[in-house]
Amino acid sequence: MAIRVQRDDFDMGEELRRLTGDNHAIGGVASFVGLVRDMADNENIGAMTLEHYPGMTEKMLTEIEAEANRRWPLEASLIIHRYGRMEPGEQIVLVATASPHRLAALESCHFLIDWLKTKAPFWKLEESGGGGRWVDARDADDAAAQRWNAGPTSKKHAAE
Amino acid sequence: MKVLYFAWLRQRTGVGEEDINPPATVIDVAGLIDWLRARGPGHADALQDVSAIRVAINQEFAELDSPVAPGDEVALFPPMTGG
Repeated sequence: MAIRVQRDDFDMGEELRRLTGDNHAIGGVASFVGLVRDMADNENIGAMTLEHYPGMTEKMLTEIEAEANRRWPLEASLIIHRYGRMEPGEQIVLVATASPHRLAALESCHFLIDWLKTKAPFWKLEESGGGGRWVDARDADDAAAQRWNAGPTSKKHAAE
Repeated sequence: MKVLYFAWLRQRTGVGEEDINPPATVIDVAGLIDWLRARGPGHADALQDVSAIRVAINQEFAELDSPVAPGDEVALFPPMTGG
């Protein structure tokens, strides 16, 4: 289990190789990478700046990752979230999970990015033509996070 | 007590954090926000709509009726938009 909050970019291939290492119990790795888009609400975005709450961010990411490890039989997991100014196309976040079986890896990866969006204290400021605009939270993100409140489905399947 | 502001709350209040000493009558988050509004026009503007504000006390999510005490770190911010 590992979390990192950093200004710098990351090398996804290198991170995934390091995540699995020599652990041959791992049968599958799932990953999600979030990128800066150049459009939002039909407006061009020049760049965005991510602000966060140092201390609480690390605490929440650690809690979310621990919850994924309680719900699914994971061999390894990693969350990297960047802050600071980023241009369109840049990587913002990496979530990766490794498990003996694909279902646990895929589901836990999906869970982590959904929960992270509503529980980790990050805020996006978009630069557009008229200056800066704080991104509004979306109801769809809350709904996506709440979908996982009922609990996992795969731990049982994975053990069968 | 320390209060932290993030995103547009930081911009509108004009401060990222401040040390405050509210009166003993301030016992919960809602009371604290009421009291903070009187600190200036920026605070009054940023804190006018509590439905748009999320709260953490000592880095744990909290509600408007959560108790606050001297020594607490209270953070006020909009709904989160990471990921």
